[in-house]
Amino acid sequence: MEFYFTEEQEMIRESADAFLADVSSSEAVRKVMATELGYDFEVWRQIAEDMVWPALHIPEAYGGMGLGYVELVALLEKMGKYLLCSPFFSTVCLAANALLLAGNEKQKQEVLSKIATGSITASLAYSGKNNLHHAEAITCTYQKDNENFILSGDYHYVPNGHSVDLIIIAAREHGSADSDAISLFLLDASHKGLTRNYTPSMDQTKKQAHLSLNHVTIENSNLLGFEKQGAPLLEKILHLANIAVAAEQLGGTQKVLDLSVAYSKERVQFNRPIASFQAIKHKAADMMIKAEAAKSAVYYAACIAQDFFERGELADELAEAASIAKAYCSDAYFFNAGCAIQIFGGVGFTWEYDVQLYFKRAKSSETYLGNGAVHREKIARILLD
Amino acid sequence: MKLGFSQQDELFRNEVANWLKQNLCGEFENIRFRGGPGDEHMFHEERLAWEKKLAQGGWTCIGWPKYYGGRDCPISQQVIFNEEYARAGGPGRVGHIGEGLTGPTLLAFGSEQQKQRFLPGIVSGNELWCQGYSEPSAGSDLANVKTKAIFDKNKNKWLINGQKVWTSLAHEADWCFVIARTDPHSTAHKGLGFFLLSMHQPGIEVRPITQLTGTSEFNEVFFDNAECDADCIVGEPGDGWKVAMGLLGFERGVSTLGQQMQFQNELNQVIEIAKQNGSANDPAIRQRIADAWIGLKIMRYNSLRMLSNDSSSGKSDGSLQKEAMIYKLYWATWHRNMGKLAMDVLGAESEILAEGAGEQYLLTRLQSMYLFTRSDTIYGGTNQIQRNIIAERALGMPKEPKV
Repeated sequence: MEFYFTEEQEMIRESADAFLADVSSSEAVRKVMATELGYDFEVWRQIAEDMVWPALHIPEAYGGMGLGYVELVALLEKMGKYLLCSPFFSTVCLAANALLLAGNEKQKQEVLSKIATGSITASLAYSGKNNLHHAEAITCTYQKDNENFILSGDYHYVPNGHSVDLIIIAAREHGSADSDAISLFLLDASHKGLTRNYTPSMDQTKKQAHLSLNHVTIENSNLLGFEKQGAPLLEKILHLANIAVAAEQLGGTQKVLDLSVAYSKERVQFNRPIASFQAIKHKAADMMIKAEAAKSAVYYAACIAQDFFERGELADELAEAASIAKAYCSDAYFFNAGCAIQIFGGVGFTWEYDVQLYFKRAKSSETYLGNGAVHREKIARILLD
Repeated sequence: MKLGFSQQDELFRNEVANWLKQNLCGEFENIRFRGGPGDEHMFHEERLAWEKKLAQGGWTCIGWPKYYGGRDCPISQQVIFNEEYARAGGPGRVGHIGEGLTGPTLLAFGSEQQKQRFLPGIVSGNELWCQGYSEPSAGSDLANVKTKAIFDKNKNKWLINGQKVWTSLAHEADWCFVIARTDPHSTAHKGLGFFLLSMHQPGIEVRPITQLTGTSEFNEVFFDNAECDADCIVGEPGDGWKVAMGLLGFERGVSTLGQQMQFQNELNQVIEIAKQNGSANDPAIRQRIADAWIGLKIMRYNSLRMLSNDSSSGKSDGSLQKEAMIYKLYWATWHRNMGKLAMDVLGAESEILAEGAGEQYLLTRLQSMYLFTRSDTIYGGTNQIQRNIIAERALGMPKEPKV
């Protein structure tokens, strides 16, 4: 039982912090968030080539560094802290994981090596325009045509969907409603019949797109895993994604606390710093509880995810640990960001101060992949049904 | 960062589980799952006998140095012991104040002679302890203690006068550790001493406080020239506050894992009731049960972090890290919510007293838990005091200006 970061992991955290403080400053974030692409290509190049982050948890056999999910989570926490605008999450925490879990040897060799070097970006699309989750959310359908698959339908809320090079998609067999008719595919962004539309969003630091497929033909070689056996794979991909989102949320949860405490020590009213009022101190203490508990939940889930990849004894806990982390961090981040606006007072409501950026990220990350209530209901099903 | 236990630790787990299976039975069968917080008034004699049984097996104070009767168990094995103990339904430990508070305090701050004198009684289960901190005018403002300690040169003893209150299990304890003012002209944190007093003496009177549960775990303790041997002050006169604060750090130690297993047993009971009585179909209840489950899991992860960090940094002076400072506020609030959830899951049945209550105010286990949890957010530092401590010590926010 060594539930703390090793020295090597601490070094990764420190170098990530220093790098992101430089490339993902408030000015940098505000500049790129106003663009449709949503990130700075030069920064992405540095992330891929200098920091080698996309390669981090990809096995060496596929051109990666072969480190673990704990290291990945440590990076994601820092990215959340600095509101990094990049295709990292969609490429690594959605697409690379999908390939690791569902890809055959040839697919892994081809695609993972490109992700590891940062030469392609990628994402995952599964949900239609609804508030459902996992396989239930899928509305895009496919029909077989000899060895090929013909797909038609829509995908919404696809992270970086308008700009990535490769999209992993989950579709259901035409006419099916349940989860045993789901298949996963690799889809090149330039594929004929695919239309991609950028959908501007309230949180400008995370870009989304709407994809339309109109009789898109996908060859059998681009089927990920086996036909109709995609639902359990998708579920595991989403468990891992939830842990990644929770890690980003954790970074923000702590950051808004730090910002609030620092501001409360400077802001003087009634001839004293507002940090000396119990009304403010108690709010800050409650925020710290949320941040510390969020750390525990995320780090634990990261260890479980690591164990899952290593097929260890704790792998069965993945679903539970992921939902615990996502439920807790979603609520914690929103709570802390809301408290931060209140502690900042009037200036917290301005465009100029960064609190608003975190408040918006808190909400977008909360609803993405299911909010706290959705994940609590998943836990309830394990416990009560 | 990794979870899981080594092969050696798993062997230890088997050893603990086997011992408990072979010993926590027969005459001890009826105290399984009994005597935890809110139930501490029950089965005292049987639990005292059990404490001695544990001691004979070498299962008390396992984290202490071997030299002082412990097992030198690393944190991982202390975690395992507490988990297995609770899993087996091990009863609330009558020796927990001695093992969890007095012992670690003496190991950190006591003289060699004090260690030799007091640690064996704790290890063997022969001497039980209680904690003399709060007073009528020193609750949240603990430093405002008025109890006085004056050194009598003729008797070569300290004479203690004053009153303590909310003293858990004082009526069953053999010894009490007391903070009292050694310098009568001092105020607040200065001029305090930390004393070890026998409860078996004419100068001490214990009066039980009847709580809203109808039971009396808490007491008032009156000192009228109560005597304390000259060598039974821990540290020097004036060190009392430092020692007392160190001790508060130990309150958040490994034993909290055992407490969490008790919480788990309570939550499991509530889940079973919800499945049987229809509550499990209520979406609001489902959310709350899941929330309680998540909260308890994270409480365990918090402890594992806290304990791992403690063992890696080798700290033993009770000084608190950030994750340790949130611990009391976190569990107390969780448990209070849990108490209310239990009643809400029971619905109308929650009002009905235990079978055979007759004219007695005889609470069921869950009713007792529910009512008792209202004290969780008060004793050992109220939620409000905890928030002050977190804000001032962890976040560096300024104190309220003195009025």
